[in-house]
Amino acid sequence: MAISREQVEHVAHLARLGLSDDEINRLQQQLSQILGHMQMIDRLDTSAIPPTAQVIPLSSVMREDEPRTSRPVEEILQNAPRREGPFFKVPPVLE
Amino acid sequence: MALTDLTALQALAELRSGTISSEELTRAYLDRIDRLDQGLVQAYVTVTPELALEQARAADARRRAGEDAPLLGLPMALKDLVLTRGIRTTCSSKMLEQFVPIEDATITKKLYAAGAVLLGKTNMDEFAMGSSTENSAFFPTRNPWGDLSRVPGGSSGGSAAAVAAKLAPFSIGSDTGGSIRQPASLCGVVGMKPTYGRVSRYGLIAFASSLDQLGPLTVDVADCALIAEVIAGHDPLDSTSLDAPVPNYLEALTGDLKGVRLGVPKEYFVAGMEPGVEASIQAAIDTLRGLGAEIGEVSLPHSDYGLAAYYIIAPAECSANLARYDGVKYGYSAPDAENMWDGYYKTRGRGFGEEVKRRIMLGTYALSSGYYDAFYVKAQKIRTLIKQDFDRAFERFDAIIAPTSPTVAFEIGAKTDDPLAMYLNDVCTIPVNLAGLPGISVPCGLSDGLPVGLQVIGKALGESTLLRVAHAFEQARGGPIARPDLAASA
Repeated sequence: MAISREQVEHVAHLARLGLSDDEINRLQQQLSQILGHMQMIDRLDTSAIPPTAQVIPLSSVMREDEPRTSRPVEEILQNAPRREGPFFKVPPVLE
Repeated sequence: MALTDLTALQALAELRSGTISSEELTRAYLDRIDRLDQGLVQAYVTVTPELALEQARAADARRRAGEDAPLLGLPMALKDLVLTRGIRTTCSSKMLEQFVPIEDATITKKLYAAGAVLLGKTNMDEFAMGSSTENSAFFPTRNPWGDLSRVPGGSSGGSAAAVAAKLAPFSIGSDTGGSIRQPASLCGVVGMKPTYGRVSRYGLIAFASSLDQLGPLTVDVADCALIAEVIAGHDPLDSTSLDAPVPNYLEALTGDLKGVRLGVPKEYFVAGMEPGVEASIQAAIDTLRGLGAEIGEVSLPHSDYGLAAYYIIAPAECSANLARYDGVKYGYSAPDAENMWDGYYKTRGRGFGEEVKRRIMLGTYALSSGYYDAFYVKAQKIRTLIKQDFDRAFERFDAIIAPTSPTVAFEIGAKTDDPLAMYLNDVCTIPVNLAGLPGISVPCGLSDGLPVGLQVIGKALGESTLLRVAHAFEQARGGPIARPDLAASA
């Protein structure tokens, strides 16, 4: 299975991964090899088989909708790379 | 006999009788870690001596006050993807190198409540993706067996090596496709992946949420039963955790296997399996037969497809789970981001290592428009077939026995250039995760001086049966395998 350089770049864009030229070249070769191997699943006819949704017999788990105390803002922001007052600070979203 | 030679249950008996204190025991481990970890085994990413001694002294005070708890005063190591409040939790990734959790995982809370003492956090493949612990962003962990030139397996390689090197009496690992059982096998210790939902995943840093499960790595099967009982149980904070009573697992260790039906799947004796491994597994089967178990051949016909299905499903889930690392709320953040989009590319491109990026790419591809049905949905259909294989097998058998890994521990660097060869390490463990079943690896012998693991696979919530089979086997084999003597290396 041959994955093109354009496909690698497209998937990296979807995943928001910045890759170097070397990484793109290596991934093009590796993804082709790995996905080529994974294509062995085509040998099985699964047209009548339902896909697995979950492996344990659980239906939708509900809980009471009760108000609870939130964590202190200072704790939430403790690991923030950048902050301004009680907010996370992000780079410009709109130019 | 040194204090670090004791099993968890032996150490607890000494603590209860008052012949040793938790502080003495904890110091013995911290001293050994000091001598043998950095530059040698390298099982720990972070050692927490001050916290450990504080917790040990608190445990001793509780004991003096007449209290007891299942693990009161017993040291432990946690894989560095289990959240520990106030203690750096890195996932062995540059992305989380400075991350300090603001709360404990449910499993951490349960272990603390049972009286356990934290020695430190163990090394792993970055974000639990790998089979050798070579994908740690910091350093590889070395297998204590042989001449320290081999991998401990992975991804819980630090947790397995810590127990094998007597740097902890027990540890916690996580298993998404074999990441507890395979390193346990390669390091000659016991490791169990419980049934999906048996142990709360709240506070376990997610890799593939439909497959991840936490479990113990221990010196012997009785210790495994002890720890499993402490960590199992329903948690309202994990809606996939099972609301089923937790049995007394130690009571299941009867030593008797008369009439227990064990299936041997021919598909697990794969091409590329080392002859020494196969011989050791065959000898284990004879031992089990000698104990009165009824051994029969069973077919799990879709096993061949498990690896391919797993390496589509797990990366797909990983690509979704790891989307949260955006450089905004926590974790590494590129300081030179020109705008939001540029920040994402730079943060994720630099923060993640090679294997993590490869899995994110594979998963994103398998979920992308035009490939979703051919890869992701197809893999989930194969998952159904694999689960049906097990369902049919368990109509005739109480448990399934197989090798844990087709090989013994390999040399560091031997497979790092070939991702597909690395993925093949998990061929015998992956189907168990796909079906959500419990599995245990128990040492069954040595091949070329390196440990071989016997895998026992059970029905959902069949941990008692697994432990019973593994324990009876271990006793018949002559007790746990002697751990390597690292004196020559120190």
